[in-house]
Amino acid sequence: MGDMVFYLFALMTVLSGFFVVFSKNIVHAGFSLMFTLFGVAGLFAMLGADFLAITQTMVYIGGVLVLVLFVVMMTRIPAQNLPKSSFNRKIPAGIFSVLIFAIVFKVIGGTEWNVLPVDAPEATISMIGQKLLTEFIFPFEYASIVLLLAMIGAAILIRERKIDDDEEVQS
Amino acid sequence: MLHEHYAVVLLFILFGIFFANLALGAAKIFRPRSNRVGDKGVSFECGELPVGSAWVRFNIRFYLIALFFIIFDVEVIFIYPWAAVFKSLYPALGSLMFIEMMVFIAILVLGLVYIWAKGDLDWVKTLSKRDGNKEVSGA
Amino acid sequence: MMEVGLTHYLTVGAILFTLGIFAVMTRRNTVALLMGVELILNGANVNFVAFSRFVETSIDGHIMAAFVIVLAAAEAAVALAIVLAMFRNFGTVHVDSVDSLKQ
Repeated sequence: MGDMVFYLFALMTVLSGFFVVFSKNIVHAGFSLMFTLFGVAGLFAMLGADFLAITQTMVYIGGVLVLVLFVVMMTRIPAQNLPKSSFNRKIPAGIFSVLIFAIVFKVIGGTEWNVLPVDAPEATISMIGQKLLTEFIFPFEYASIVLLLAMIGAAILIRERKIDDDEEVQS
Repeated sequence: MLHEHYAVVLLFILFGIFFANLALGAAKIFRPRSNRVGDKGVSFECGELPVGSAWVRFNIRFYLIALFFIIFDVEVIFIYPWAAVFKSLYPALGSLMFIEMMVFIAILVLGLVYIWAKGDLDWVKTLSKRDGNKEVSGA
Repeated sequence: MMEVGLTHYLTVGAILFTLGIFAVMTRRNTVALLMGVELILNGANVNFVAFSRFVETSIDGHIMAAFVIVLAAAEAAVALAIVLAMFRNFGTVHVDSVDSLKQ
């Protein structure tokens, strides 16, 4: 049963991941990214990472993905003739990707992983909190600075406008 | 197995998907076939006629609000574990952990103060101010 | 069918990572490019958590993954702001169209 659920989530993650990459419509790609992220959250739950599963759904699906879809909706252009790139990117990129995957897969299969016979932890939140406040206190505080800089930087990037919105729509 | 705790969650999700599809599928089976010709194809039949394309572009200012939302949404990753262990860790660490979190929040509030002072949060004021600027530049 | 273990999770992570790499290399829409980056980060996250579950006894991998999520959120916020600024100045989000330093 547990294995079945794993294969369900893995299939969901991988299939929607393929959709994200190969879908022509960017809106469809964004919505299938939602399924990918949800499948990853399911994998986290299967691995006993309950806190990360919740975080993934709340921050990634509820935050980052919404932001991405917002921008997709803000930057759509109805019909445009894009400049055709001079050569087909797909073939070299495909060869390169398959090569990377082959190497990684070989390493995964060929290594004798030192798997410990431990059960997954029951509840991770208290352990994460303890580590965050003692061992990882510097990254913890530093993360707030990163977030502050991201907020201010993005606000400045958005704000500085030479053209008014109304004129921009007309032009 | 540990996963039994999550079986309930999974059942909830599966039932949600099942019922949503059941309702829509049943409606599709039972409703009369509509040939979407003429007024049948309009979004609001007997209502306002839709103007323009549905693929409108949204104003960039919505992005700012979403951006500030996500930054403060991320805080939950840190605040929730902190709150979960506060009681059990208080004897060992004392008020230090309270101060740690207050420093964390203070740094982020600094950003909030900045965007507030710069007027990114108010929706109407910036519009009127910009209109005023336009008149000045036009005169 | 063998018992689901570490290698299965690592394979899913590797597939996600490869898909992300492929998206970054082929997609020319900036937002789709960012989606590829999100795929890469998620593949790495799956690996972190899988190793933390099977190979380590500590929970450090979870904390690493949590920080990755935080940084992904910050990165997405700034990168999408850049995309919007680019759209405002050039009227497109197509990477190849934006090749001049100054308008």
